[in-house]
Amino acid sequence: MSIGHYLVLSGLLFSIGAAGVFLRRNLITLLLSVEIMLNAVNLSFVAFGRYNGDVTGQIITFFVMTVAAAEAAVGLALVIALFRHRESLNPDAFTSLKW
Amino acid sequence: MLALIPLFPFAGFLVNSTMGKRLSKSVSGGLASLVMLASFAVAAVSVWQLAGMEPAQRAVEQTLYTWIASGDFSVDVAFRLDPLSAVMLLVVTGIGSLIHIYSTAYMHDEVDSEFARYFSYLNLFAAFMLVLVLGSSFPVMFIGWEGVGLCSYLLIGFWFKKKSAADAGKKAFVVNRIGDYAFILGMLALFAQFGTLDIQAIAGRVAAMPVEAGFGILSVSTLLLFIGATGKSAQIPLYTWLPDAMEGPTPVSALIHAATMVTAGVYMIGRNAVLFSHAPETMLIVAVIGAATALMAGTIGLVQNDIKRVLAYSTVSQLGLMFLAMGVGAFGAGIFHLYTHAFFKALLFLGSGAVIHALHGEQDIRNMGGLKQYLPITYWTFVIGSLALAGFPGLAGFFSKDELLFETFAEGHTFLWVIGALTSLLTATYMGRLVFLTFWGERRHAAPAAGQAHAAHGAHDDHKHSTGGHGAPHSAHLHDAPPAMAFALIVLAIGSVLAGYIGVPHALGGHNQLATWLAPSFSAPAVAGAAEAVAEAQAGAEGAEAAGEEALELTLMAVSSGIAVAGIAIAFFIWVMRKELAAGLAASFGPLYRLLLNKYYVDELYDASVVRPLGVVSREGLWRGVDVGVIDGAVNGVGAIVDAGAATLRRLQTGSIRAYASSLFMGVVLVLGYYLWR
Repeated sequence: MSIGHYLVLSGLLFSIGAAGVFLRRNLITLLLSVEIMLNAVNLSFVAFGRYNGDVTGQIITFFVMTVAAAEAAVGLALVIALFRHRESLNPDAFTSLKW
Repeated sequence: MLALIPLFPFAGFLVNSTMGKRLSKSVSGGLASLVMLASFAVAAVSVWQLAGMEPAQRAVEQTLYTWIASGDFSVDVAFRLDPLSAVMLLVVTGIGSLIHIYSTAYMHDEVDSEFARYFSYLNLFAAFMLVLVLGSSFPVMFIGWEGVGLCSYLLIGFWFKKKSAADAGKKAFVVNRIGDYAFILGMLALFAQFGTLDIQAIAGRVAAMPVEAGFGILSVSTLLLFIGATGKSAQIPLYTWLPDAMEGPTPVSALIHAATMVTAGVYMIGRNAVLFSHAPETMLIVAVIGAATALMAGTIGLVQNDIKRVLAYSTVSQLGLMFLAMGVGAFGAGIFHLYTHAFFKALLFLGSGAVIHALHGEQDIRNMGGLKQYLPITYWTFVIGSLALAGFPGLAGFFSKDELLFETFAEGHTFLWVIGALTSLLTATYMGRLVFLTFWGERRHAAPAAGQAHAAHGAHDDHKHSTGGHGAPHSAHLHDAPPAMAFALIVLAIGSVLAGYIGVPHALGGHNQLATWLAPSFSAPAVAGAAEAVAEAQAGAEGAEAAGEEALELTLMAVSSGIAVAGIAIAFFIWVMRKELAAGLAASFGPLYRLLLNKYYVDELYDASVVRPLGVVSREGLWRGVDVGVIDGAVNGVGAIVDAGAATLRRLQTGSIRAYASSLFMGVVLVLGYYLWR
């Protein structure tokens, strides 16, 4: 398989994630979509690393996974706090922080 | 050593201004007087040493440090003692000391902190005045020049709670500032021409130049300096501040507004004698302005009713005579008159202060009269001062005024001599009037109650029932000058009698030591022998013309003695023998009388032509137009634009996560797209 296949798959995953962030109405799904986008990027990093024959791609992927884990922890905690506040997970319910 | 002379009073200023509140009156007043006496002692020793030198080399320069050094231009803080500054130095420290001593009694009713404030200003004034006198270059002189202006402002407005005093201080400051502006321009013109601001260096360069025929750089710069002098020395057109300056405490009027500061302009011209004598156009202007001021102020002085204002106009008038002398090139005579005038005018002001002190703040001579038996010391010293000022033969003013008028005549300015003689007549008349109305005749008015006087004058609630309280019942509170005041009066009275004898003219068998002493100061320094050469040339010329000149001088002397006596006689006739005549004259010359009483309406004229238009332009143009319209408009406009922009832009802050995420995404796509497809 050529690098192109990996990149196409990565692009597809990224698009799915982005679409999920914009279109879904559930905060947890939103977080999952962000995870999909991150992993799409991870896939492209690994593919590039393999293509160039070095390990940098894999190393940065580990970094991304660490950050993603931390982000998930913080994100889920915020989601729980928000749910307790409004009894809802719809992002459109939380628009009071505005002009 | 020279630096000590201004430093002593400055130290007194520092102590009294920082610790004055905690010092008792005797400490702060005593300290202030002591530093002045110390300064006087140092000055006397310095002048003594100066007198021991060869006449041509009489000059001591002391450089403290280099103040400004820029390229080949440099200004040193340097003091210069030469015969001219020596005379001024002794006048300032000597009379200054006496007035400090007098003030300890005069200001005794002020509270401690005010008392210390007064003496700190007075000491600061003395320090600046001495810097002015000693400064060897224009910038150093200018420090003193500005400093005395500041102290004058502070002391005129000393009773600043009284609006008229605060206004008078402001007026003095602003009018002086106009003159100072011209003075700065004059300095810059000289700098542009000569590249230096050292007075001696400029004199040396000017001496090598021919006397200016037209109206060139020398005339322009000297004219600008002279405008500065008209501000400081109260000449037309900037004299209006001096009569108002009488709002200050009377010793201040004596020291600053009669004896020392106001003579700074005359002194400045004397210091730059070489420069000025190379600009005949300016010299003529100086002489004419001086004569005009002398006559004008003399006529105003004739009808004023405030004892201090009469003296103030008299000061303006006498300063006019000094400028007349300077303008005709009789620098020695001008300085001689400055020196004698310092004695008797300080004496007269201090005497008027003693009268005001005795009458608890009464200054109107219409409410005085008959004071001579209650205030004998004041009366006799005042009479001596008046006679000296009137030019009565044998007293100080006689010799100096006579030399001044003689020189004017001898230089061929007959018309100016007539004006000078007329001024002398006026001087004798208004001084006679002042003495007769104040001290002679009947008591015309009771001394006002102490409380009133307090409000009016801010002083005096202790009533010493010492001398002469046994006359009319109203006069129970009259007391003659207390010892410190009497001491100053008597010393100055002795000075007013004797001061003239250092300048007895050759015509009377004297040697005119003062003129000989001063001569080197008025000639160029560069050529060492020049002073002697000039002196010899003068001596030679004098020798040749001596016979004719002496006859002329004696004639003129007789004329001016006659004038002095005539003036006093006129005053005696009008205000003593035929008292109804004064009112009659005032009535029959109604318009003229009102014109004089209202000081030729010059204040009103200035008010209408300068102050009000300036007020309108400032208020309508600069304030409401430029400040409110342009400056505030710009500031507020920026604020309004930001405000309106922000009101629109904040609508973007919707609170919707979806909107934020999509704008972030679009932004990333745009930025990436730009880099990928550019």
